Amino acid sequence: MGIFKNITEISRMKSPWLLHFDCGSCNGCDIEVLACLTPVYDVERFGIIHVGNPKHADLLLVTGTVNHRNKKVLVNLHQQMPEPKIVVAIGACGLSGGIFREAYNVVGGVDQVIPVHVYVPGCPPKPEAIIDGVVLALKEFEAKNEKYGQGARGKRREANKEQEKS
Amino acid sequence: MIYKTALLIGALITAPFLGGLLMGLDRILTARLQSRIGPPLLQPFYDLIKLLRKEKMVVNVWQAFCVNCYVAAASISVGLFILGSDLLLILFIQAVGAIFLVVGALTSTSPYSQVGAHRELLQILSYEPLLILAIIGIYLETGSFKIEAVLDWEQPLLMRLPFLFLVTGYALLVKLRKSPVDLSTSHHAHQELVKGLTTDYSGPYLALIELGHWYEVVLFLGFCSLFWATSWIGMLIVALGLFLAEILVDNTTARLTWRWMLGSTWGLGLTLSLINLIWLFLRR
Repeated sequence: MGIFKNITEISRMKSPWLLHFDCGSCNGCDIEVLACLTPVYDVERFGIIHVGNPKHADLLLVTGTVNHRNKKVLVNLHQQMPEPKIVVAIGACGLSGGIFREAYNVVGGVDQVIPVHVYVPGCPPKPEAIIDGVVLALKEFEAKNEKYGQGARGKRREANKEQEKS
Repeated sequence: MIYKTALLIGALITAPFLGGLLMGLDRILTARLQSRIGPPLLQPFYDLIKLLRKEKMVVNVWQAFCVNCYVAAASISVGLFILGSDLLLILFIQAVGAIFLVVGALTSTSPYSQVGAHRELLQILSYEPLLILAIIGIYLETGSFKIEAVLDWEQPLLMRLPFLFLVTGYALLVKLRKSPVDLSTSHHAHQELVKGLTTDYSGPYLALIELGHWYEVVLFLGFCSLFWATSWIGMLIVALGLFLAEILVDNTTARLTWRWMLGSTWGLGLTLSLINLIWLFLRR
């Protein structure tokens, strides 16, 4: 089954579809994210498509401060994405809440609400930095592949193995 | 019998590969027309494998059922096409698959999915009459609905059915959901629709829809190639030329409303088809 696993892994690395969610940022990071899609950077070279739909997405790009109002939306979007999925937090606000950190309505970083795999700092980060973060995130798929790559049958086999051990 | 079985199995295996390569070519050409580099040629296959290996998630069981029916109908129609069967039968089986896709989208309550499904119904309503008229034109010329009879005909059908060929090209545009008639869903998601028809499909089921679409692309390009069925090179040139023309139109036009689509397909399409059919009838 090694060859199938390899093909799956390569396909996952080569076709990350991303969903961009703005938790109320100043739009600086959003403009930089969208800049990646322009002919100058052309991320479709790497098979990246900007889908507006969590059910099709593999990567979740989150910008802006998470507050008590939109954290439910963020969790909902994250839950609607099928596994394997990766979250990338972008910008100072996404990482920690930025200058709004002390505000009464702000929860803080994205990682307070959902698990984050890659952090891209900056205010706003350059498009190059965002692409770099996404490429770094793709490496996470390798780790995820161990967990989800084999499907239900593989999971069952692993569960059986663990039972035998204990 | 063995020859036919081999032909059938060969067609069912090669058709998706061909369809996937055509989609890859489409994406590269689209990117070049927008002065981008674009993805590699094999990108659609990476997408398909990735989607197939994702977690299974359905809104309800009927979605999965409808997707399977869609792929089955699309592949059966390709199989019947390669066996030289009846054109009307092929078109009807393909139409059943297209309707299953719409029903699958209608089973979900998401407004995006619903709007996409209704628009897809309008698209089916736009291209089906045109294709049936084209098949009637082929019947008037060759005296048979069978593909075998078309392949045996000594003279290219394009000479006698020029308007019907144009109309078929337009119907192909609607079927492939290319701009200006990419109303129900498209590879480039639109804000007001998200992904339309396919919004609520995910993972393996989305992959199956893509697979069915590849079968349909091959089927429809095959149908268009029948207009120059006297030589293999002619068939290839007609099919590829039409496909390139569709990509060019896709990239040079803006999306229009469904009213415009119905008006143009029924108004212009039916008129041109009828002129061609009457001319054929008078020449007999």
